[in-house]
Amino acid sequence: MELNAAQKNNIVVLAPRGRIDHLNADAFGKAVAPHVEACNKDGPRLLFDLSSLEYISSAGLRILMLASKRAIPAGGRIGVAAPTALVREILEISRFDLVFPVFDTVNAGLASFADPAAGH
Amino acid sequence: MRARFWGTRGSLPVALTAAEVKHKVAQALLLAGGRSFKDQAEAETYAATLPFTTAQTFGGNTSCVELELQPPGKDAHEYILCDAGSGLRPFGNAVLARHGPKTPNVFHIFMSHPHWDHIMGFPFFTPAYIPGNRLRIYGCHSGLEEAFRRQQAPPSFPVDFDYLGADIEFIQLEPGQRYDIAGLRVTPKLQLHGGDSYGYRFERQGKVVVYSTDSEHKLDSAEETESFVRFFFGADLVIFDAMYSLADAVSVKEDWGHSSNMVGVELCQLAGARHLVLFHHEPVFKDAKIAEIEAETRRLEALTRQDAPQLTISAAYDGLEIDL
Ligand SMILES: [Zn+2]
Ligand SMILES: [Zn+2]
Repeated sequence: MELNAAQKNNIVVLAPRGRIDHLNADAFGKAVAPHVEACNKDGPRLLFDLSSLEYISSAGLRILMLASKRAIPAGGRIGVAAPTALVREILEISRFDLVFPVFDTVNAGLASFADPAAGH
Repeated sequence: MRARFWGTRGSLPVALTAAEVKHKVAQALLLAGGRSFKDQAEAETYAATLPFTTAQTFGGNTSCVELELQPPGKDAHEYILCDAGSGLRPFGNAVLARHGPKTPNVFHIFMSHPHWDHIMGFPFFTPAYIPGNRLRIYGCHSGLEEAFRRQQAPPSFPVDFDYLGADIEFIQLEPGQRYDIAGLRVTPKLQLHGGDSYGYRFERQGKVVVYSTDSEHKLDSAEETESFVRFFFGADLVIFDAMYSLADAVSVKEDWGHSSNMVGVELCQLAGARHLVLFHHEPVFKDAKIAEIEAETRRLEALTRQDAPQLTISAAYDGLEIDL
């Protein structure tokens, strides 16, 4: 698992690559932690680009849950975008598609998060 | 070895309502499309071909699973059970119907924990009232006997535990130790649950059954995951607490002490287990919901199988039998 970070205006795009399972979920959590910390009402919004994520286990999804539990009450916004067909089904079966918005493409996520009129 | 499920519901027994039965009958009539049947047997054969949620139900008794090493005849028999939820009542009645009241049987009951849904069948377990029967109740909680006695003490129940006619003994086990009991090699394991719970790994002649209910997986430690992978390793059957969705289990229902279908699939895949049974169903869930979860769990298994052999997935229902 690698994590690529890029900032586009007021949105940080985090792109994990490869597989996230119980063995590297902790490393994934540590890698996203500073971005999650900064994601509040004054900080950048957080968009996970999942296009290069091959697989995510329950331990990896838990990291995304912790991120959302931390950022949302602080006024931040978190979403995921461009999941592969497999990861999209994992999000649906685990009901994580009800936890945060799932955008079909990174651009759709960027457009939604860039809209100042969009609520939290 | 055979596993027979007498109670599969979590937390509280549930029953179909009149409206729900009517709905199922109407669905079946529609599907039959005017077909006629010469007798009950022919109609039941047809009913067995209908979708499970139309013709049947996942059932409503709380946790009770029988492990059968040899099919019982009319003679005295040693029965093996996991938990004494309300499913214990129909089990006891089936035993009496088979042997009559005079045959002295032995019942070995392995207790996950003394929460009410796991002991509530005991005051209605008729064999416990009959002298000559022997009950051996195993568990790792020091307060197990007290929990059984308290639910039959006034004002909760009219018949005190001391009036039970059977010879009843509570036997304390230690997690992580291996025991030879009733022809099985038994290993209990501590699980995360309010007041603790214990899973059991049963082994006999190369066959392995794991009973792991009321067990939360925090998913914050690779070691914890690995310890369950070892516990489930190579199991032919894993009976698994899949009460919630993963999203619920790690958020609004965190620390409620239960797990999800997704964690069940992952642990069984890592352990090379062969058959995962989703167990301890949420009492709020209707048949259609449980069937949907079963289908999604099968889909998840197929999506994530890679090169491994297929893991069979079943949602438990009262009356389900699985041969190993
Ligand atoms: Zn329970
Ligand atoms: Zn419990």
